[in-house]
Amino acid sequence: MASTITKVEKLVGKRIRRREDPRLITGTATYVDDIQMPGMHYAAIVRSPHAAARIRSIDTKAAAETPSVAAIYTGKDTAKVGPVPCGASLPGLRIPHHYILATDRVYFVGHPVAVVVATDKYLARDAAEKIEIDWEVLPAVADPEKAIAAGAPPVHPEWPDNVAFNYHQEGGDVDKAFAEAEVVVKQRITSQRLIPAAMETRGVVAEWRAADRQLNLYTSTQVPHLVRTLVAGMLGLEENRMRVIAPEVGGGFGSKLNIYAEEALMGFVAMQIGKPVKWIESRRENFLTTIQGRGHVDYFELAAKKDGTILGIKLKLIQDLGAYHQLLTPAIPTLSVLMMPGLYRTQNVRADIIGAFTNCVPTDAYRGAGRPEATHGIERMVDILAAELKMDPAEIRIKNFVHREEFPFPTATGLMYDSGNYAAPLDKAMATVDYKKLRAEQAEARKQGKFMGIGICTYGEICGFGPSPATPAGGWESATVKIEPSGKVTVLTGTCSHGQGEETTFAQIAADELGVDIDDILVLRGDTAIVPYGIGTFGSRATAIGGTALYFALQELREKVKKFGAMMLESDDVAFANGRVTCNKTGQSKSFAEIAGATYRAMKLPPNTEPGLQSTHFWEPPNFTFGFGAHIVITDIDKDTGQVKIRRYVAVDDCGNILNPLIVDGQVHGGVAQGLGQALWEQAVYDDNGQLITGEYMDYAMPRAHMMPWVESDHTITPSPVNPLGVKGVGEAGTIGCSPAVVNSVVDALSPLGVRHLDMPLTPEKIWKVMAGGKN
Amino acid sequence: MKINLTINGKKYSPDVEPRLLLIHYLRDVAGLTGSHIGCETSLCGACTVELDGKAVKSCSMFAVQADGANLTTIEGLAENGKLHGMQEAFWNQHGAQCGFCTPGMIMASKQILDRNANPTDDEIRHGIEGNLCRCTGYQHIVNAVRAAAAAAGK
Repeated sequence: MASTITKVEKLVGKRIRRREDPRLITGTATYVDDIQMPGMHYAAIVRSPHAAARIRSIDTKAAAETPSVAAIYTGKDTAKVGPVPCGASLPGLRIPHHYILATDRVYFVGHPVAVVVATDKYLARDAAEKIEIDWEVLPAVADPEKAIAAGAPPVHPEWPDNVAFNYHQEGGDVDKAFAEAEVVVKQRITSQRLIPAAMETRGVVAEWRAADRQLNLYTSTQVPHLVRTLVAGMLGLEENRMRVIAPEVGGGFGSKLNIYAEEALMGFVAMQIGKPVKWIESRRENFLTTIQGRGHVDYFELAAKKDGTILGIKLKLIQDLGAYHQLLTPAIPTLSVLMMPGLYRTQNVRADIIGAFTNCVPTDAYRGAGRPEATHGIERMVDILAAELKMDPAEIRIKNFVHREEFPFPTATGLMYDSGNYAAPLDKAMATVDYKKLRAEQAEARKQGKFMGIGICTYGEICGFGPSPATPAGGWESATVKIEPSGKVTVLTGTCSHGQGEETTFAQIAADELGVDIDDILVLRGDTAIVPYGIGTFGSRATAIGGTALYFALQELREKVKKFGAMMLESDDVAFANGRVTCNKTGQSKSFAEIAGATYRAMKLPPNTEPGLQSTHFWEPPNFTFGFGAHIVITDIDKDTGQVKIRRYVAVDDCGNILNPLIVDGQVHGGVAQGLGQALWEQAVYDDNGQLITGEYMDYAMPRAHMMPWVESDHTITPSPVNPLGVKGVGEAGTIGCSPAVVNSVVDALSPLGVRHLDMPLTPEKIWKVMAGGKN
Repeated sequence: MKINLTINGKKYSPDVEPRLLLIHYLRDVAGLTGSHIGCETSLCGACTVELDGKAVKSCSMFAVQADGANLTTIEGLAENGKLHGMQEAFWNQHGAQCGFCTPGMIMASKQILDRNANPTDDEIRHGIEGNLCRCTGYQHIVNAVRAAAAAAGK
């Protein structure tokens, strides 16, 4: 009997609303702080008010007498817990021992010193305030250039020069390039410290089941499996006795791609008291003690010919590391070096990094992690070169782009750009704003004394982190697909979405490959007891690597379903499409659910076939993927106040194939907001004593709705050859493309005053001063 | 102190410590964890709830100050399993990413339309300027409020 086959609509590429949203919009999602357990205790952490000090003594007596207090621990109690790990390795890297609670000395404001555990969270905080610490305050240094200058106070006494590492990378013949140059431009460019400030602060619930020798750790993280491996190691616990659950995670942006002292500390406390314990980071603690981003001082030199051809690039990079290495701290600036040529063909580059210890919280991965700094540098330098040569900034970029027929393109920094058509997004963005007309309008505005700017950034970024040899913990990803006996499909992914919408995009992939209804698919992540080992979500990798692992797991199951269907239809000539296996000769077919049931009942098995329908695939990518794009920003500057008004923001991003345009738009908008925050408003400001001046939302100018321009987001599509989905990645694109475009626009607006460069953030005060002084 | 509250149509008469914050009462005592704590200083708006018809930040008032009040939290917006128009709009327009600011953002957005059925983009942006979001860049949230206004006007 021939059956009717209804064509199932392909979902990949469709603008469909997210499947994770019902719980988020009804307030029924479970974040760490929403977890309640019988016997729950609450931890309050006592932290250093000084950036550098010796601990003479700690008096916990009054605190211990506070009602409801169950325990107090100091650095003496936790000294045997392993150090907070650094996953990065560089030649000669100096790694300070990072105790989870300070033992005899503190190195930054917010450094944890003691923990109070009580059955009431208000009383826990009361008790924490009663802990008396006798401090011997020491001189501190909060600026990376001052830290490496002679005579600076040593952050760690054993390394008085405050240099954690020197790193050198070189490609081509830089000396020759500079010797042959007709023009050399130089500029000091900073990329200020930023506070990631995910809306959900960090938080941990730890539950020790002594009889089972089992530690359950609920933590707001992007990398639950890495937390399990590393925190179990710190606690001396067998890895299989620890379960890490990342419940709903309220944003990360790299700040939760880490292993934190508090994760091990709560595990330690739970194992001591035998009761569950919760610690929720206050916003103040979040600003002081969660990793921060950026912290670059870059000295760039660009060698070029008079026609604008870039011959070579030199970079001296001073990275503000903070007081310790967190998981990837020293590796972040090396990513900047990898991307320092941007989209341009030059094969001669030289970079020297000095990693500087300061008495500040560590820096680490924050949205873009090294690539925004690199892009900001090269894109500012190209504009400075264009100004020097009186060339149009679009023209000079096009002249130096890697051509579309040159891919795969080997860079001077050792990367292999996978695919690209760099002129396409720039052309599209220029057409959108009518670039030529705009320049004419600008010339007219200048005659009237108005400050109008047009800023271009053409960026490239590394997505899909990454091949394992380039990633400290391995760069692969895992996916498991379980087709249940009823034909319902469960996907387990090693990625760990914290807002990126993988429950939706991964369901789209599975629905298309299996030809089943998307409502029959459930995507689970974030629990090490359920999901096979995975790496996590960061570095614009989840879809490119986790999605590809899923794709291959699905292919294996497609074959198996087809094989079972063929057996059931007693035919060698079958096709699997639209959720049915159909005999090509008779037209008879079996549904997906019928076949799934048969694989589990296993009354009859095809030769060399196991019962059941489950597949796990670990996918190792052969390369990174390289997204790119062009952002154009038009600004008008208020002559009286120095306020930057963004008239238009046009973003044309190429992230390869697009699985869900709605989600991609959201990623671009959010990325641009963080880039714009850096360009115009945000800065973690430390005073000379290492006190964080911008320690609350009141003082740290994170963008609010009325501050944001309308982002006109568009795309070109150049599929990646690295994975069968043809995807690249888009999580960080908006951030990377934004800040150079904005600063280029503002500098362009102010160029009649002789302004050549301004460091971020471009606050009204800074611009007003420049306008008042007439030059920079 | 003994207080009386109505939350999402249900009556509560708890005995609370005078210093207990309203957000902690809602989350830890009443078990309504949909309203979130993003800052404890009234700057982020994740804890926004409706108190006698007015959007308030529940981290910045004591539970005892809400004595006698009628409260609506995110959990009380949907009626008989049917999403409120603002919830539906946030879903359709991808107004949530990580979702942490979302309950407060929806409560603040609802207030905008309660006061002005047809707000401009500028009015929408100012209406939610007390609510921080780190994920969306606000654009899809603005779209959601617009869409909710359009749907309500039909």
